[in-house]
Amino acid sequence: MIASAPAQTERVAAAYRTVPVPLHTVEIVSDSGEGAQKCAQIFGTVSAKMGNGVWTVEIIPAEIQPPARSPAGGSGNRIRLGTGRVTNWGDDANLIVAFNEQVLLGRHSLGALAADATILLDDSWATHGDPRIREQWSQAMTELATREYRVVPVPIEAECLQVVDNARKGKNMFVLGMLCWLYDRDVERMHAEIHNTFRSKSEQVHATNLALFERGRAWAEANLDVRYPVPAEPAAEPMLVMNGNQAVALGAVAAGFELLAMYPITPATSVSHYLGNIFERFGGVMHQAEDEIAAVGVAIGASWAGRCAFTVTSGPGLALKTEFLGLAVMTETPLVVVDVQRGGPSTGLPTKVEQSDLLAVLFGQPGDAPKIVIAPSTIEECFHAMVTARRLAETLRAVVIVLTDANLATGVQPFPRPQLDVAWQGAPLDLGPVPEGVRPYDWDPRTGLSRRFIPGQPGGMHTLTGLAHDENSKVAYDPIVHQRSSTARSRKLAVLQQMLRPPEVNGEPEGDLLVVGWGSTRGAIEEAVERARAAGHAVSSLHLTFLSPLEPGLVEIFGRFRRVMTVEINYSDDPDPFVPPSHRRLGQLAFLLRAQTLVDVDCWTRVIGEPLRPASILRAIHSRLPDGGAA
Amino acid sequence: MLPTCSILGGPIEDERVFDTADYEGAIARWCPGCGDHAVLTSMQRLLAAEQLAPEQTVFVSGIGCSSRFPHYMKTYGFHGLHGRALPVATGVKLHRPDLHVFVVMGDGDCTSIGAGHWLHAVRYNADMTALLLDNSIYGLTKNQTSPTTPQGHASNTQPRGSYLPPLDPVQATLGISNASFVAQTAEWIPAHLYATLQAAYHHRGFSFVRVLQRCPVFMPTLFRDAMRTPDAIQMLVHDDGVAVPELQKLYRNRLVHDPRDLDAARRLAAESEGIRLGVFFRDETRAVYDDIRHVPRRTAEERVRLLNEELDAYAI
Repeated sequence: MIASAPAQTERVAAAYRTVPVPLHTVEIVSDSGEGAQKCAQIFGTVSAKMGNGVWTVEIIPAEIQPPARSPAGGSGNRIRLGTGRVTNWGDDANLIVAFNEQVLLGRHSLGALAADATILLDDSWATHGDPRIREQWSQAMTELATREYRVVPVPIEAECLQVVDNARKGKNMFVLGMLCWLYDRDVERMHAEIHNTFRSKSEQVHATNLALFERGRAWAEANLDVRYPVPAEPAAEPMLVMNGNQAVALGAVAAGFELLAMYPITPATSVSHYLGNIFERFGGVMHQAEDEIAAVGVAIGASWAGRCAFTVTSGPGLALKTEFLGLAVMTETPLVVVDVQRGGPSTGLPTKVEQSDLLAVLFGQPGDAPKIVIAPSTIEECFHAMVTARRLAETLRAVVIVLTDANLATGVQPFPRPQLDVAWQGAPLDLGPVPEGVRPYDWDPRTGLSRRFIPGQPGGMHTLTGLAHDENSKVAYDPIVHQRSSTARSRKLAVLQQMLRPPEVNGEPEGDLLVVGWGSTRGAIEEAVERARAAGHAVSSLHLTFLSPLEPGLVEIFGRFRRVMTVEINYSDDPDPFVPPSHRRLGQLAFLLRAQTLVDVDCWTRVIGEPLRPASILRAIHSRLPDGGAA
Repeated sequence: MLPTCSILGGPIEDERVFDTADYEGAIARWCPGCGDHAVLTSMQRLLAAEQLAPEQTVFVSGIGCSSRFPHYMKTYGFHGLHGRALPVATGVKLHRPDLHVFVVMGDGDCTSIGAGHWLHAVRYNADMTALLLDNSIYGLTKNQTSPTTPQGHASNTQPRGSYLPPLDPVQATLGISNASFVAQTAEWIPAHLYATLQAAYHHRGFSFVRVLQRCPVFMPTLFRDAMRTPDAIQMLVHDDGVAVPELQKLYRNRLVHDPRDLDAARRLAAESEGIRLGVFFRDETRAVYDDIRHVPRRTAEERVRLLNEELDAYAI
């Protein structure tokens, strides 16, 4: 791939091939603090703005300052670029830019790289003054040589030192320039996005960034022998590009929320970083509480006294909020909780994706605590889920849990710009007098619905209580009241269930295997299923958005397939002679679907701290097909 | 009396006149002789004196004997979780600064399971009145040691006597940054109780009042000596504190204490001997959280217009 000696800076015109590709996956990895993520964000955003399909996934070490040059400490992004829509992060990287050979080894050992991947690697380490580093380099080269990779040494550090004194602060912009040439990105948009990203910095910094970027571009043009333009087809409609936590925050504004109470927790916190910055402009308050319990308590107090409030959290915080969630259900106080799922139990994998909170949100409260649970599957759905959640919470006096995950939270994807509707904002607070004779829990025996009284409404004075209570909100000393009130709270879910549409099957409506998923795995599952169908297998998929209540028609849909399996990012026992089928522990959705449908639902799940890859799902599909998938 | 309602957009004419009966909710189910009864009566008197519209008044409580308080008021009430009254009250006040917010907690609620919230509520200094009804024992769950139980007192959980010296809530509160009103009173001196509640209500900010109480069932003799010997109680008096002229004859052990003097307040609170009642500290100049966080509301149309501008930053 090297057209000439790396040090040569004179351009060699037309010494490269142009290979247009419809889909390409690139990774950028560095030590933490070297800015690979900024580089990747700009690259992804510009590509989206050019009209490419994009899906980005952050590669994050668990530590704030992991040791430099360590395989587990690599920080960066994967960006999958396409001519059409891109729905998941793909399988293996076709190209990787690594700031040192150790972070590269980290990705290599995780199997993140395609067999024929192109590796652009800073080669300054080969001649480093420290003999231990030179030794590590040569060991790494030996390991990499066991594969068919194309390793392209790049003098990243040496080139950057021509512009800046500290190359650690400049490599990312040099690499961005290199990638700009390599993928034939729009230079003007790149300049604009660099400026936008560092808009708070000085003119001096801006000039340095541009110089580094241009140097990277010039180096690539002079030295690389191939470029991979990914043709773009600009969308016909206006599009937005953002990550899932930004979508949750902006969706919350679109939904008319006026109060967020939270406590910092990865990977949910960036919702509050953003709203902490902009919410007041919209008349909203972002309250950082003293702990997770107080955060949900403040949200419940605010919701009770006015319009619905919300809180954002992740696994450990969800565990702490348990008692208050039960109180909100018991008192029928509207509440929206966004749970950005990460690996668990306990502190688990704070920065990594998992779908392990489903059963906890459904059954985490002692006593019967019916809640509404919705799981967006795309960045776009993160936005709209907030509007749906607030409306349901207020209409049904219910707790609504929005289950996103670390993959959605940090992933960036373009989607059609929502046409904002004033009605999404909900009605202003009505503090008119409570009509004579209406009680605080006047449960409609058919629907379980009752009218909520808000402090300030004359004639509505009552004390709301977490104790079992009757229609007047009086403490129930007669236990039969508990049966009646429990029925009312449960009935609200039955009402919602009847308003839901049956889910649509992706693929043929019948066949050998139906793959069922939920949340952020949608794109990877559908890609795997499409590949299986292309190979002649009768496989379809189904993706659930409502997990409580479940969408209708599942028994009928499942009945048209010989086998049904879920694919999830949570733990289940693989089929194993040591675990009898009767005692096999199942994926969380599989557990739920078996209970609700009495269908023998199988599952395939993984908890390796990364999004599922279509190829892995495809292998699982093959293993579940009657003939082992041998078509 | 012109109650205001910011959400309705200004003062509304209110010709209603409220007396104590207008604030009476369910019949109190506390034990005969429980100190909670006196606080309830005093509170109903205060609300009538201040002519607070019942629908604009909110009582938030936790769990315990004293936390049944809101049920016995005819205002809006929130009887929530053990230890978690303060976050709920903070949420109410943040979202609805137009409401009068009162918080009623017991010693287990405030100083044990909810101690973290106590510390931070003092620091937020949101405009509300928080009462700690402290009878130094768990009553509802039947006789367990609380953080304020006197050392050596036997209970069901510490039958050979409590192991640790008690936590002093006044001393603790005075140690928290941004404390703005700290007072102590006693349920068996109704005139002092009433005057203290009134001073707390009139303070703008987080008013913390510890009410010393007997539990007639599990802690009947706790204040027996103080009740028999008025001189055992030192009244903190000052023009800016609680003034109860009718008590001057009975309570002659008086100390002039300027509630603006935090160092003196801390020294007094740290005294291990005797009981002191009155306003330990008051500072009206401390910033109030619901003021700091006050944000002008927007109409739905304004929000949509502004959001469209914000979305432009993400446009492709």
